[in-house]
Amino acid sequence: MYTQAMDIPNTDGPTAVPAINEQAREAEFNERAGRGEIVEAKDWMPEAYRKTLVRQISQHAHSEIVGMLPEGNWVTRAPSLKRKTILLAKIQDEGGHGLYLYAAAETLGTSRDQMLDALHTGKAKYSSIFNYPTLTWADIGVIGWLVDGAAIMNQVPLCRCSYGPYARAMVRICKEESFHQRQGFDLLLALSKGSEAQRAMMQDAVNRWWWPVLMMFGPHDKDSQNSELSMKWGIKRISNDELRQQFVDATMPQGELLGVTFPDPDLRYNEARGHYDFGAIDWSEFWNVVNGHGPCNKERLQARVDAWEEGAWVREAALAHARKQAARVAAAAA
Amino acid sequence: MNAPIAALNPAHVSYVLRIADGSLILAQRLSECCGHGPALEPDIALTNIALDLLGQARLLLSHAGALEGQGRDEDALAYWRDASQFHNPTLCELPNGDFAQICLRTFFYVAWQAQLWTALSASKDAALAAIAEKSSKETRYHCEHLAGWVVRLGDGTADSHARMQRALNYLLPYTNELCVDDDIDLAAAAAGIGPLPSSLNDAWTAQVQAVLAEATLSLPASTPFRSSGRRGQHSEAMDYVLAEMQSVARAHPGAQW
Repeated sequence: MYTQAMDIPNTDGPTAVPAINEQAREAEFNERAGRGEIVEAKDWMPEAYRKTLVRQISQHAHSEIVGMLPEGNWVTRAPSLKRKTILLAKIQDEGGHGLYLYAAAETLGTSRDQMLDALHTGKAKYSSIFNYPTLTWADIGVIGWLVDGAAIMNQVPLCRCSYGPYARAMVRICKEESFHQRQGFDLLLALSKGSEAQRAMMQDAVNRWWWPVLMMFGPHDKDSQNSELSMKWGIKRISNDELRQQFVDATMPQGELLGVTFPDPDLRYNEARGHYDFGAIDWSEFWNVVNGHGPCNKERLQARVDAWEEGAWVREAALAHARKQAARVAAAAA
Repeated sequence: MNAPIAALNPAHVSYVLRIADGSLILAQRLSECCGHGPALEPDIALTNIALDLLGQARLLLSHAGALEGQGRDEDALAYWRDASQFHNPTLCELPNGDFAQICLRTFFYVAWQAQLWTALSASKDAALAAIAEKSSKETRYHCEHLAGWVVRLGDGTADSHARMQRALNYLLPYTNELCVDDDIDLAAAAAGIGPLPSSLNDAWTAQVQAVLAEATLSLPASTPFRSSGRRGQHSEAMDYVLAEMQSVARAHPGAQW
């Protein structure tokens, strides 16, 4: 998930045990959060709550901007001008999501430069799904349909998350994401009505993306680090396994409409449970990709580092010009 | 714009196509930058400009296709013409280069578009006048945004100044082509379809030179060099632009997307 931060080991180091008087405030805070009250930037909050949010929101922001890369890979080759327009606008939306999210994280006392430095030095993660390659045009549809679809499952509950600035950013993001999901589905619908080659392209993309998408929801609840605390604080509302099940259940009829199959022989409706059963996820692949050994980890991170380093002279020039302008205004006023 | 349209003369289609091709090819070049900007804000802004140019291209290509009356829609014109059948100024197809070159190239072209849209508002082709009217609002913002970057980089650090000066020395000769008339322009102007490019020259030059002066840049010596993209004779870069843009569409002839 874009917010897989809460599922992977914390690299920020241990948070200090709070002093006695802090413990009372913390108990009061937990009670407030438990009642579903919204926490604002100026409110007191436990250090661990603040750190958890910074990790989660910044990694969500990083996911948005790294996520621009696999889709950007196809923008110059989009096979119709309408699809090119839709894709370009979608990628632009993702940049916008990155902006809202960095701004939301900044309310917690960290700067965008600090967050970007953590991304560029490999300290901060981003969603592992973007470490998979986009190999054909159909991948753009599947990213919209399945990747954005999975993201929405997780992000809609975040609109009710206890931290106000994050929750408000998520309201806007979710509206745009659900639009992107429909656009992805529409792209695939066109392929499904197209030639044999177009349908084969779609099926191949579904085959490659299906398991990584299921992994986006994070490890099983019993193996998920940090989840319990995040639930208590109202940062997370629904567990990984519940969200994954909701996603599979919602996706099956859509897949039927497209005429695609899923690469899982155990996938079938279970009358007794009222849900789809699905096969075992290969978690070794998930952890390999999280730990930097996925198909595109190095390329994605390098592309971000290159853009940042190659843009350094531009940012310096903008600051230098602003200083010159300020000096001219001051001189004129003197 | 949905009423049946008839081309006033054969030059009419070519005149509209040239304007469409400039927007399309520059949009294609700008979209290469998407996700790789020096910071999020300029990245989003350049993508936004690419989107506007693409929007202009789609309207103009559709209009040209309707004028032509041979059933070619925007995609047929974008994906199934070869380089020599594109008539964008060479300026639009040149490789992006660094951020200074991207900003200056785009500024030169959108400043020219600003003059063109104003003149086209008086076109006898009502659909073309309407497209110009819509586009002029976007172009005003593009000019302002890009002029801001040209000034910021020209009058920024020594490094950014040197980069912008280098971009100016490289790009300015390619602007010679923008304001030169040929038979298509003469025929279109005589029919009241649009202005002669030469008639836009003074206003374009004044607008551009004011920004270059504020950016503390020096105008390079004039050169007899003249590119010829508007005549369909392109730079070496053009075929690569099209090979990439058209690759998926051409691999699936007749497919709907």
